[in-house]
Amino acid sequence: MVNPIKEGWLTFKSIFTGMGITMRHLFQPSVTLQYPDEREELPPGARAQLYVNIDDCIGCNLCARACPVNCIDIETVKATDDVDLGKTSTGNPKRFWLTRFNIDMAKCMYCDLCVHPCPTDCIYMVPEYEYSEFDRSNFVFHFSNLSPEMVADVKEKAEDEAERKKKEKEEMMRKKAEEKKKKELEEKKKAAEEKVKKENETNDKGPENENSENDDKE
Amino acid sequence: MFETIGNILAPLTAILIHAAIPLTIILVYALVAIWGERKIAGFIQDRLGPMRVGGFHGWAQSIADLLKLIQKEDIVPTDASRFLFKFAPFMMFAASYAAFAVIPFSPEYIGSNINVGVFYLLAITSILTLSVIMAGWASNNKWSLLGGMRSAAQMVSYEVPTIATVLTVIVVAGSLNLMTVTEMQNGNDILGFLPNWFIFQNPFLIVAFIIFFISILAESHRVPFDLPESESELVGGYQTEYSGIRWAMFMLAEYADMLLLSLLGATLFFGGWNSPFGEFMAGPFWGFFWFMLKGLLLVFVMMWIRWTLPRYRVDQLMHICWSILIPLSFVNLILVALWEMIF
Amino acid sequence: MIEEQILETGKDTREMVINMGPQHPSTHGVLRLELTLDGEMVKQCRPNIGYLHRCFEKYAESVEDYAKVIPYTDRMDYVSAMNQEHGYVIALEKLLEVEVPERVEYMRVIVAELQRIASHLLGIGTFGLDLGAFTPFLYCFTEREKILSIFEKATGARLLYNYMAVGGLMREIPEDFKSDTADFVKTFRPKIKELNDLLSYNKIFIDRTAHIGVLPKDVALNYAASGPVLRGSGVEWDLRKDDPYSIYNRFDFEIPVGKGEVGTLGDCWDRYIVRVREMEQSLRIIEQALDGMPDEGDVKEGIPKRIRPKEGEIYMRTETPRGELGYYIISDKGASPYRVKARAPSFVHLSMLPAISKGALIADMVAIVGSIDIVLGEVDR
Repeated sequence: MVNPIKEGWLTFKSIFTGMGITMRHLFQPSVTLQYPDEREELPPGARAQLYVNIDDCIGCNLCARACPVNCIDIETVKATDDVDLGKTSTGNPKRFWLTRFNIDMAKCMYCDLCVHPCPTDCIYMVPEYEYSEFDRSNFVFHFSNLSPEMVADVKEKAEDEAERKKKEKEEMMRKKAEEKKKKELEEKKKAAEEKVKKENETNDKGPENENSENDDKE
Repeated sequence: MFETIGNILAPLTAILIHAAIPLTIILVYALVAIWGERKIAGFIQDRLGPMRVGGFHGWAQSIADLLKLIQKEDIVPTDASRFLFKFAPFMMFAASYAAFAVIPFSPEYIGSNINVGVFYLLAITSILTLSVIMAGWASNNKWSLLGGMRSAAQMVSYEVPTIATVLTVIVVAGSLNLMTVTEMQNGNDILGFLPNWFIFQNPFLIVAFIIFFISILAESHRVPFDLPESESELVGGYQTEYSGIRWAMFMLAEYADMLLLSLLGATLFFGGWNSPFGEFMAGPFWGFFWFMLKGLLLVFVMMWIRWTLPRYRVDQLMHICWSILIPLSFVNLILVALWEMIF
Repeated sequence: MIEEQILETGKDTREMVINMGPQHPSTHGVLRLELTLDGEMVKQCRPNIGYLHRCFEKYAESVEDYAKVIPYTDRMDYVSAMNQEHGYVIALEKLLEVEVPERVEYMRVIVAELQRIASHLLGIGTFGLDLGAFTPFLYCFTEREKILSIFEKATGARLLYNYMAVGGLMREIPEDFKSDTADFVKTFRPKIKELNDLLSYNKIFIDRTAHIGVLPKDVALNYAASGPVLRGSGVEWDLRKDDPYSIYNRFDFEIPVGKGEVGTLGDCWDRYIVRVREMEQSLRIIEQALDGMPDEGDVKEGIPKRIRPKEGEIYMRTETPRGELGYYIISDKGASPYRVKARAPSFVHLSMLPAISKGALIADMVAIVGSIDIVLGEVDR
């Protein structure tokens, strides 16, 4: 007899407590931000999009190697000696042309592993999150600022330079080989001359020895 | 000849007007109530609800939803019984709508002032059960059938406490005519200042009201008794296969049912169109205002409960009805009758 | 009679096989449960998994660097990412025998406990949602937003952090982290009380979860359950106290255990209330850690340049919000591990489901699956 009454009382008490809580919340201000009229400010380090400051990049490839999904695609061309690419803002000298620096944001998993190894802090995450596209190929971000003609030009120059250097090297090797041969010939000559000289000397030394002996006898 | 035309046209016009008024009230109420439910749900949950459609707090959201539902494709499942499938939602709405004929909206207006008002109302709302079974079976879907059967069992069981509690009020009032019941609650005599409503006249009627309120929550499939159409368990219950305007009809019928039973509760327990201040703010239009206010307050409480409580399992639902509410309501009936005899 | 019918039509109509399919609003992820029903009672339940398999272990073998595996450990149980990283990183530190600075240890503990609170909030919220209580879900998520904002300021991301590195952390700790966390702790305590009033002691909720899905103590131990599932059955076992790792032995906290307060010992309500009480204990740990955290120290200096462990193997287990997560790492002096096996607690608990769901109704199945709190990312890896 007591139990159902107690249960009934507990039921109503818990229901009324619950209803009191929801009634209280009915009059509290809401926590909704009405997007797109009101937007939330993301903190500065928020990981929403990758950005590369291409003027600071030295082409060391550390970020491409650190990426777990291989979404960074870098191609560098060595700069010829007559071009001075300058220094990055952190003081490192730049020695490479960056002909291709593509990041596929559709593959990127926002893990931040490419940001930490960069020696010049040129790749980092920015809190820009509204970059939806209709075409998936628009997700490949091209950071290299060289035009295709420039790229072709630079590559050609680099190839020429490489060929030139190769030729120089071959020349040098040839010269060295020649000189070596020359030296060997000379040495052979010298060695032959020395031999002849030595034979002459032993012939001269014989008669001189007899004269000295006669003087001592008197 | 003009006489005969006149004899036919006059009652016909009267019928049409009497039919149009509750229909307008239902439709306007449904649009407002659906928007209101979403806003109340939002505010309870610390969020905003509809905000954009129409400008100020998204008031046109229900209209936009209605337009969207109207232009949807009419899908009837392959092996479904076509006539029953199409007929079920309209029958459900018709049952709820037909019961509005006996609700006294105002001292000067009642759709049809019959002497067996309450009896007629309770009989017509039993048709809702039929339409639910029809919808569940005609869908040719295992889940719908399960939902339909459960729903029918629930509605049939909870009609008993409803009838028993309504009976207690009738015992106090002495008449089945809802207009008479309301007129008996006129005046401010209890304790000098409290209005003459039945809920103040007899303490056991408070218990009766609580049982009545729980029963109407179950009759109109509201949480905590909404297992038949619970989304997270049965996907949709008997409404699963319905789309477009047919589903909108189910929703409309459910909200109309909610309003109907709230208005019934307001009539029986809270004085109908009587103003709580006696003669102040009374009159035909004020009466309508007070009546709708009381009904809408009860609807608000139903919504408030929906967003607070979890739902019951089917067998627990039935246990509450048969083991707790029915014995309690019959005992209450006897106690109310005793009180009336003594006082 | 029945046999004749079966012979004639080839169909056995006594039992119905229903798919609580991969797309269901209540299973927490893509899980397929084949239920054999007799009327509405479940006779047999067979979970089918594998819809979320992403080859984590194979990937860990083929990657070039141990550090590249850490973002992938996040993604196994995406709801409690910090705890997954914590386990892996400690395992590697033990293998490499690297010393971890004090400040890093304290920060890791604070972050792991905050993540535990966030994960329990999600588990509790979705459990209520499955049972029809729509509001506590949103209240829990409001609180979770605050934790995720703190994480966003500290690590940059809201859900999958890649924050812990071997021997240190990936980023410096921001200046307002301590004050933000202290504010959060202050505002969160009354919210637990509110949650208890609204949901935990609500009679309807109790009716839905008490005496359901009872997991007796011996069955739990036989199935190697761990975490809140085991503690809900009355076994006082928490890896932070019984097999302490990191600096947990310096903190004073209790282990909540199910006692069968409203119902049988080991039912759904016990598991649920263990989670609620664990959140309180996590608050205690966070307060003590905030007091004891040293203010100076570089978090990045202890990270070794190259991670090349000697040949050997290690099994390291930590306490995640779901249970015991174990990492078994075998290294063969190469740049990548030879084998990484992750022992996921949700996988083990899901295997228990057929045993505890005998005689339940379909509505109870939903409650049982919700109370075990599985995350399919962990089950399938």
